[in-house]
Amino acid sequence: MTVVERGRDARAIPPPRKWIPGFAGMTKSRFPPSCIFVKLNDQARERDHLVARNDALEPVDVLIVGGGNAGICAALSAREEGASVTVLEAAPRDFRGGNSRHTRNLRCMHAAPTDVLTEAYLEDEYFEDLLRVTGGETNEQLARMTIVASAGCPDWMKRYSVRFQPALGGTLHLGRTNAFFLGGGKALLNTCYAAAQRLGVRVFYDAAVEAFGVDDGLFREATVQRNGTTQTIRAKAMVLAAGGFEANLEWLEEVWGPAARNFIIRGTPYNRGIALKALLAHDVEAVGDPTQCHAVAIDARAPKFDGGIVTRLDCVSLGIVINREGERFYDEGEDFWPKRYAIWGRLVAAQPEQIAYSIIDSKAIGRFMPSVYPAITADAIPELAAKLDLPVDAVARTVAAFNQAVVPGTFDHTALDDCRTRGLSPDKTHWALPLDRPPFYAYPLRPGITFTYLGVKIDARANIMMKSGSPSPNMFCAGEAMAGNILGQGYLAGIGMTIGTVFGRIAGREAARCATR
Amino acid sequence: MRLDELIAEGERVMTVCNACRYCEGYCAVFPAMERRLTFAPADLNYLANLCHGCGECYYACQYAPPHEFAINVPKVLTQIRGASYRQYAWPSGFARLFDRNGLISSLVLAVCLVLALLLASLVSRPTGVLDPPVKPGDFYAVVPHGVMAWAFGLVSLLVVMALVGGFLRFWRESGEGLKTFAQPFALRAALADITKLEYLDGRGAGCTYPDAQQSQARRWFHHLTFYGFLLCFAATCVGTLYHYGFGWQAPYEWLSVPVILGTLGGTGLLIGTAGLYWLKSISDKALADREQNGMDIAFIALLFLTSLTGLLLLGFRETAAMGLFLVVHLGVVMALFLTLPYGKFVHGIYRGAALVRYALERSRPGLTMGREQ
Ligand SMILES: Cc1cc2nc3c(=O)[nH]c(=O)nc-3n(C[C@H](O)[C@H](O)[C@H](O)COP(=O)(O)OP(=O)(O)OC[C@H]3O[C@@H](n4cnc5c(N)ncnc54)[C@H](O)[C@@H]3O)c2cc1C
Ligand code: SF4
Ligand code: SF4
Repeated sequence: MTVVERGRDARAIPPPRKWIPGFAGMTKSRFPPSCIFVKLNDQARERDHLVARNDALEPVDVLIVGGGNAGICAALSAREEGASVTVLEAAPRDFRGGNSRHTRNLRCMHAAPTDVLTEAYLEDEYFEDLLRVTGGETNEQLARMTIVASAGCPDWMKRYSVRFQPALGGTLHLGRTNAFFLGGGKALLNTCYAAAQRLGVRVFYDAAVEAFGVDDGLFREATVQRNGTTQTIRAKAMVLAAGGFEANLEWLEEVWGPAARNFIIRGTPYNRGIALKALLAHDVEAVGDPTQCHAVAIDARAPKFDGGIVTRLDCVSLGIVINREGERFYDEGEDFWPKRYAIWGRLVAAQPEQIAYSIIDSKAIGRFMPSVYPAITADAIPELAAKLDLPVDAVARTVAAFNQAVVPGTFDHTALDDCRTRGLSPDKTHWALPLDRPPFYAYPLRPGITFTYLGVKIDARANIMMKSGSPSPNMFCAGEAMAGNILGQGYLAGIGMTIGTVFGRIAGREAARCATR
Repeated sequence: MRLDELIAEGERVMTVCNACRYCEGYCAVFPAMERRLTFAPADLNYLANLCHGCGECYYACQYAPPHEFAINVPKVLTQIRGASYRQYAWPSGFARLFDRNGLISSLVLAVCLVLALLLASLVSRPTGVLDPPVKPGDFYAVVPHGVMAWAFGLVSLLVVMALVGGFLRFWRESGEGLKTFAQPFALRAALADITKLEYLDGRGAGCTYPDAQQSQARRWFHHLTFYGFLLCFAATCVGTLYHYGFGWQAPYEWLSVPVILGTLGGTGLLIGTAGLYWLKSISDKALADREQNGMDIAFIALLFLTSLTGLLLLGFRETAAMGLFLVVHLGVVMALFLTLPYGKFVHGIYRGAALVRYALERSRPGLTMGREQ
């Protein structure tokens, strides 16, 4: 199978910026003229490597389907091995990068404080955290491998000029477990795309893969929707990195019924699972519960797609949450909000019309992260209920009963305090203060889907497993599309990007070796 | 955009950012924003003057256009900053000088040149400015020292008053007392930021200016301009000291302190301003406020002309052309001085003061909120 003649220069990766004598690594330079030179050269290079709209899809060593974090990491890593690489990204350039655009950090094991992480976070603690959130539904071998490899992720990314926030950055109170990208996921992707283009990776935007040509587990070609036409591209190896199907409204409705119509998709509209479905049709082994998704409660006024992080609401644990009938339905103070927000998606989804309302009074103002949409405000509860178009008497009754059930305690929103209710069903077990100081504020809540769990099964080389039980000779997978191997259920903040980076690197390397063997 | 629309847009954008905070590592704007839950016009003015429009947060923003949230922090803050210059202008009636600033600056320049020429031909020897003076390089034969000292002394005084007036307005709006301004730790912090251009450095990688890739270019051109300006200022001070302190009259030796300082400074200004102009001309228009182009370019141009005419004067001071060069140089410098308080120069005042306020704020406890990871 000689799809591509790999010429000399396919192996010769231009080392970043070194070819200008004396000006190596000058992005970090403080010396003026060189930065100007480098800048101009980079601009020229970026132009060279950007493919024009009408360029044909030429055969390539490694084809990467999906240009999110996992896909770009795979592209960089395949290029490190000397393979020629093409990335197909379904989104236009402005919206490239999938859900990774919306991220802010990745979770990293580390034995000692680093420039981007404080204290230490060791393998066993990391693994226990993972066991806890997944309820044991994980593949220990893959999980531990991911955890150990996560330690090297920040440094690897830094080699491509990715910047992180310093661990001890003055007013910024950053994590022990998670390294934060300076500027967030889009900044990360901008840097990685620039690096990929510098290294000669060809990236096609507006190019959605809709079918695969696979013979007996051997990938031959992909069918692509591009410029309004159907095109094919052949490659010696393929990496699937196209995320889940969370943006596919029809598919969501198939799984969750009509309730899914009221779900909001927090991330990219381009993760429609088309490539995933197409590949699963080729006797590829699936992994992950197709009826599971990660959903959080977000502001109901969020846009249908791509609202990202700003639509979240952090005031739930400071007040009460009622449904359309004006009834409470769950302990709002069970645990700290970051530990609980992921169950509220499903809780709200189970309510009539998939909507709920968080109600707080003025005591809570300033105690939670500000939200992007203004609260609905009133000076009395019945007035607030009327504004929300809820049954006024029922809401008033619920609030009165709640206020009466609050037992005195010492309020502390930074600890699991002793302010709770007694005799309610359900009780609120922490941070319960009577709603009695007007004005009162309400925020509408809806389920917001982060990602789905269905994916393809892989082995430790990121090699896609066939139903027959053997790995495909030349298909690999990384990111959300295989996260189900490690996350049977639940979610650990920051592990999505870790899985994408670790397996992106592995998949890219293995695909390149397979293609250049 | 009308001012109220502009303020509303600033409030909207900052509300989105405050719920997001991904950019908090880039510059002082975001940590300052995080200390607030609402954004009144005074807060926006302060945040706008902390921003230097580097563009990092625009390229990094997942909500930048074409996203429906259409978040463009540099653009709206630049517009608000421009509006704040008018608001703080002292005396208020002169605020209008910021409108069509480029045109006004050019007119001021023309008037100053004509006045300088007139003045010179009136006071100098009747033979006129193009005649070689009796002693080569004798500036005061063309324009007497007294006239120069009085004219520039008076204008400087007015300029300083206007700048101080503007500063006081800015500071009063911040709600801080004058005493707090003089806190040494805050002044030190602001001075360090300014002298190193900390926020144009991007932790070593530079800023996304003039386009999406990081570069140190703007920082270095700004350094050349800023320190060039300071060196020229120092040259003038030393010259004044020589004149009044030691009774040494210009022209000074090629290797004298004022000439060396002035030459270095002038060269820095030439390169720095030319570079800044070049960067500006190729910079990403998506984050710029086109209405401020006139103001920005007028200031850059006057600085450039000041150093160019100064260096020419130095070079030709022993020739017959000296008189003409001197008069032109004095006219340009006068125009620069006159436009200082009503042009781009004021960014230094308000930005400096905003950095002092930022240092003060940081020394106080902020809001404590649960944080999502
Ligand atoms: C709001 C939000 C915040 C998050 N924050 C974090 C965080 O802070 N830390 C963290 O670890 N995780 C976070 N996550 C989860 C994280 O986004 C994912 O785990 C991670 O981005 C997965 O990376 P990926 O490359 O596999 O997928 P994506 O980044 O989604 O990339 C998939 C790419 O494939 C493309 N694509 C899809 N279908 C096709 C097709 N048929 N043909 C071609 N291309 C296709 C898409 O356009 C997209 O660019 C967050 C998710 C959301 C929604
Ligand atoms: S500019 Fe965009 S990414 Fe940055 S803080 Fe604001 S909303 Fe967030
Ligand atoms: S443009 Fe630069 S200085 Fe202005 S807010 Fe954004 S990052 Fe800060």
